[in-house]
Amino acid sequence: MTATVDGIDLSGLVAGPAQTWGAIRLVPLLRPDPVTDLRLHARLYGPDELSIVRTRPRTAYVSFIPHAFVATWSTDATPAAAYGTQLRDPAGTGDPDGIRLAFRRRMARREDRRRLRFLPLHLAMEGYLALQFGGPPIAWQEWTRQAVTRGLSPRLETSYTGADVTGLDDALRVFEIHPDQCGMVLYVAEALAAAFVVPHPDDYRALHPTLLQDCYGELLFHYSRLYEAAPDLTARLDDTRISGVADLRAQLVQARLDWAAFHDRTAAGLLAAQRLTVTPVQRMGRFTLSRFLPAFDPDAENHIGETITDRAGRLAYLKTFRLSAAQTRRGYLLSRLAAHDWDLDATATALRTDRRELTHRLDRAGFGHLLRPDIIDACRNHNRPRGRMPGKRGTS
Amino acid sequence: MLRSSFHYSPAGIRGIDGGRVAVMSRAEQVACEDVIMFVNAAIASTAQREFHSGAAAQRLSLGFLHEYVLGNYRDLYAATLALGVNHHNTAMIVLNLLRTAREATGEQRTVEGRLIAARLRTLPPQRVYGVFDELRRSGVNNRRTRAVIRDWVAARPDPAFDAVKYRRGLSAAARHAHLSLPGEVGTMLFDWRRVKRYETPILETWRRAHYEQRSLYELPYTVAEGLARRHGISRARFLSGIAPQLTGGERLRLQATAERHRVDRIGMDLATAPLTRLAIYALSLSRPERARRRDELTGALHAAARRAAGRQAGTWGRVVAVLDDSYSAAGSGVKRRRPLAVALATHYLLEVLAADYTGLWLHHRGDPLLVHPIGATGLGERILDGLEHRPGRLVIVSDGWDNAPPGQAAEVLRIWQERLDPGRATTIVHLNPVYDAGTFDVRRLGAGVATLGIRDAEDTAALVELARFATGSAHFGELRRNLAARVERFLDAEGAAA
Repeated sequence: MTATVDGIDLSGLVAGPAQTWGAIRLVPLLRPDPVTDLRLHARLYGPDELSIVRTRPRTAYVSFIPHAFVATWSTDATPAAAYGTQLRDPAGTGDPDGIRLAFRRRMARREDRRRLRFLPLHLAMEGYLALQFGGPPIAWQEWTRQAVTRGLSPRLETSYTGADVTGLDDALRVFEIHPDQCGMVLYVAEALAAAFVVPHPDDYRALHPTLLQDCYGELLFHYSRLYEAAPDLTARLDDTRISGVADLRAQLVQARLDWAAFHDRTAAGLLAAQRLTVTPVQRMGRFTLSRFLPAFDPDAENHIGETITDRAGRLAYLKTFRLSAAQTRRGYLLSRLAAHDWDLDATATALRTDRRELTHRLDRAGFGHLLRPDIIDACRNHNRPRGRMPGKRGTS
Repeated sequence: MLRSSFHYSPAGIRGIDGGRVAVMSRAEQVACEDVIMFVNAAIASTAQREFHSGAAAQRLSLGFLHEYVLGNYRDLYAATLALGVNHHNTAMIVLNLLRTAREATGEQRTVEGRLIAARLRTLPPQRVYGVFDELRRSGVNNRRTRAVIRDWVAARPDPAFDAVKYRRGLSAAARHAHLSLPGEVGTMLFDWRRVKRYETPILETWRRAHYEQRSLYELPYTVAEGLARRHGISRARFLSGIAPQLTGGERLRLQATAERHRVDRIGMDLATAPLTRLAIYALSLSRPERARRRDELTGALHAAARRAAGRQAGTWGRVVAVLDDSYSAAGSGVKRRRPLAVALATHYLLEVLAADYTGLWLHHRGDPLLVHPIGATGLGERILDGLEHRPGRLVIVSDGWDNAPPGQAAEVLRIWQERLDPGRATTIVHLNPVYDAGTFDVRRLGAGVATLGIRDAEDTAALVELARFATGSAHFGELRRNLAARVERFLDAEGAAA
């Protein structure tokens, strides 16, 4: 039931004034009218715990999971602060410190009738990884036997925890949370790095510190080290048009509206500009948990993520992850191959290049092991004596 | 390097001085700024962790600022001892002056010597012993240092009491400055087990307390605490026994401990506590607790404010205060809710000082006693709310991190002063309790507004006097004269007291 939508609808959320710390700009998203019948709860795992999530037979992937969320859902709109906003003490469970392998049968599953637990970015990462996980559907002779029978398994992508991002810890610590804040858009050196939305301000306050334990893309990690400071965006009021206190007050209101509109253009604009492929994962009551993939356009920024929306399509939960250029490129190649049933020649024609160049690009993207050794060797030998010519490198 | 706040033209800046327009040279302007910047820092900063920066950054920044001012304006650096500089910075200034005594001229040395001696007399003894210990550790042992230590110790009312309560400090000072101590004090400090019995009562009590639990309760709290531990006395029993010996500060500090151990003998007379300490204590209580003891706490805060205002009560006319209760007012682990407490204390003080007072918190509404640090710092709109009252004086108490939206307070104040109130009918003062390590100053709101560091709300009245210099509109010469007059007054007052 995959659907294609144009971006994510952030209606119901208003951008508040940004707070800047070093190169990191945090823009709060305020929700005047919070969602009360969907509540989130962070379940913290030990930071050294390595967990293996089993999705399907033979496709276990290994990654570092700082925490997983439990969604609490009720139909009678229980009072907001009551349920789901407690943090559990990880030491209380008696788990030993150090590396421990925890097996979870599925990424998202019902714990009991009223609760939904899921591992947030893993869900999204899995969606990305599962893209063309099966490998070539037709046994073209160029692909290895391994690729045809076992797909791309194992696949591995890297991400950085927030604690590795320079200055993010301080930025989150000194951030002054607004009373009606339900989300956050995170910029590093003016690049949109992540967006995070929850249904209710109490949830946000509980989850704010966990932003430090989340996974972030490579770009965020590098930008935070490259750039020292982002400027404060201050609006200069036009004093020539002010003759009284009322005028000044009107200008303050106008400045606030201008900022919200400006931010909607930049942040939501970026998210809305691209075509997203949304796949529903689970449905519970009036809420749908789904994950989305970008169009993998190598020239634009690409975000993957997951959402919870209600029947009307109103956003209750959002979490995004910005792909690095290399990750985008890999996604792009796989999606193109899939569109042409993994036929090398047809794909090459569609990409306006030749078979050798495509092989070369697949090799550089880390998919060389999928092609038969003689084909990949011929490609490598062909490239070696001539050296690397910039004009011949294709679009990557 | 240290330029932070003012925009000045190469031709010099024009200052308004009682209607007379004068041109100040750029060098004088810079000097004026530097001194004000240093005074602000020396009043507000304690080199401890703040909300936005860590202790290391604060220490480094403050140390550099001290070096800079000491190197460039030595006489003004010494003169700041006569201002209400906080204890930490007083200690630093004394240390630095003694450390670099060689660089001073003879005339400077005379003034510095008198200033140091007078200022040390007003410091709490544990601070002074700390200074002496630091002098010993950094190997400063010139003749003047020894004379300062000798005179200060000689002026102490009871050397035997000091020997018990500040044993380590006094012994370090005695060794460092080669002091000759009266009678048994020397024996007690350096070889206390030799004598079987002391003639001085407090020394004898202290000796007995090593072997006998009963004597322990006649000693000062800090000394008895260690001995109680050695005797294995439980905390609850110790606290109820030592209660009569506690000083005011210790009483205030031990309230929560006493409650935890269910000791009800540590009563406290809230009426005698200083205003800011009282505000800190009030904010340390939970909100239901504050609501329950509302009458008692409010009464004590009012009384403390009246004491602090003294004869100035009711003389300030129409005053509006904008008080910052954003999340950053929570301070840090070592200065819990200090910025908020300063704002709360200022609220009660201004209520007494002003004839007509309005206090505006950023988020909080209702009884100010229940204020809680939460939310962003939207100073701009709140300042406009305050200015709408058309007050004679607007006092802003905030750490200056105006972030909702950033810089709006500066815009509002600029437009107010340029367009809506060009005659300056409203005096605007920004009091900032937090030192910003990055800019070597307290964080400013805008160019035209006087920003002053503040440590205790009780100093508000004295600080507002300095505000004229902080806007950059006063002369350097004038500042020098003002400081010289303050030094004179301070030395006279201290001379009379001694």
